Amino acid sequence: MEHNKLLVGTAKGLVIFRKQYGHWKLEQSLFIGMPVSYVYIDKRTDEWWISITHRHWGQKLHHSKDRGQTWNAISMPKYPARAKLKSGKSATLRKIWSFSHAGNDRPGELYLGTEPGGMFHSKDYGQTFLLMEALWDHPTRHDQWFGAGRDYPFIHSIVVDPRDSNHLYIAISCAGVFETTDGGLHWEPKNKGLVAAYLPNPMVEVGHDPHLLLACASNPDVMWQQNHCGIFRTTNGGQYWDNVTGIDGFPNYGFALTIEDDQPDMAWVIPATSDEMRVAVDLSLCVCRTEDGGKTWTSLRKGLPQENCFDIVFRHSFAKAKGTLAFGTTTGNLFLSQDYGDSWVVLSHYLPRVECIAFA
Amino acid sequence: MAQIRFTSALKRFYPDLKPLELEVSSISEAIASIEEMYPGLTDYLVDEQGALRKHVNIYIGENLIEDRISLKDTVNPSDEVLIFQALSGG
Repeated sequence: MEHNKLLVGTAKGLVIFRKQYGHWKLEQSLFIGMPVSYVYIDKRTDEWWISITHRHWGQKLHHSKDRGQTWNAISMPKYPARAKLKSGKSATLRKIWSFSHAGNDRPGELYLGTEPGGMFHSKDYGQTFLLMEALWDHPTRHDQWFGAGRDYPFIHSIVVDPRDSNHLYIAISCAGVFETTDGGLHWEPKNKGLVAAYLPNPMVEVGHDPHLLLACASNPDVMWQQNHCGIFRTTNGGQYWDNVTGIDGFPNYGFALTIEDDQPDMAWVIPATSDEMRVAVDLSLCVCRTEDGGKTWTSLRKGLPQENCFDIVFRHSFAKAKGTLAFGTTTGNLFLSQDYGDSWVVLSHYLPRVECIAFA
Repeated sequence: MAQIRFTSALKRFYPDLKPLELEVSSISEAIASIEEMYPGLTDYLVDEQGALRKHVNIYIGENLIEDRISLKDTVNPSDEVLIFQALSGG
């Protein structure tokens, strides 16, 4: 599939860029004024999904079958009244944080990851959603899951093994990575090797904060995560995570991560200064790339602002399509590279805060 | 019958939305009637447990409703009900 569109979900609408004659131009703005918090392209069908997190009216989903020409509103997943929060109150949908198809052999099936920590499954392409009960009832939930920058835990990453659609990983902030091998009937934490430096016991089994989890398409046993406490990689399907944080601690903290489909040793991150500030490191924007599985990282700065830069990049605001990478920042800047990150150009300085991004 | 009015902000999602006259005795009945006329609109006003969304307000006359959880506030035939969003920006 040729990717000639770039969908940018912002705090004030969906902005679509189009590639024409080698150049990317802003083509269209949709849902103006609405916070577009997640964009998802179903690669099976080339259908588009967006999630809107209204300030007043709750979470909404919209679906397009024709690459954004027309959109349909979708009925929202609903937490059943029996799904209780730790407080004893019934859960209600706060935000959709992730979206995934359920496998090439399961047409029409979708997963949604949400806050306050529930995962939903649709078998009719979004007409109805059911809460995945075994995960909601996981014995670690009430005492070991907690919110990170939000009131409740949220599922922001869903990885479906292309070799076996019953085999999934999810990542939860804060709880960590969980695996199921039976389509969601049972879930096991997969956090060995991770460090939760903010907890009394940093080596705890559950309570980690993976900011984003990705699996290599050509070798799904290799997964990467940009974690609150560094960068981690597994080569054995999460049996153990190796800390591949940069030497001398750079790169370390951040949210954004993207990886190479065909090369399990290749990944990119965008560092930020940790919790207390959340700005670009040294007020200088940088993308870091590894080509050796995280043993070494190269700082890529050509075309990026190197002084007085406050930008950071949210977890879903970094995307890649072959050699083309793009990211949008919290201060509304949009950057694109067509050489695997070696150099960058600005597509816009004037967007609202960028919440998410995807090539289509 | 009670008069029901809506914030103009909802017309973005329901362009045909108009003030209503409803024969109802509570806010929850009013919400149910509104849903029959404008399917899906209640999802904008209440969450899946039926509670009023945090940033939505409903007045009966000049008084905010008291029961935001189950919406049992009484509506009389002479009442005017106003449904609007909390004033917030950003």
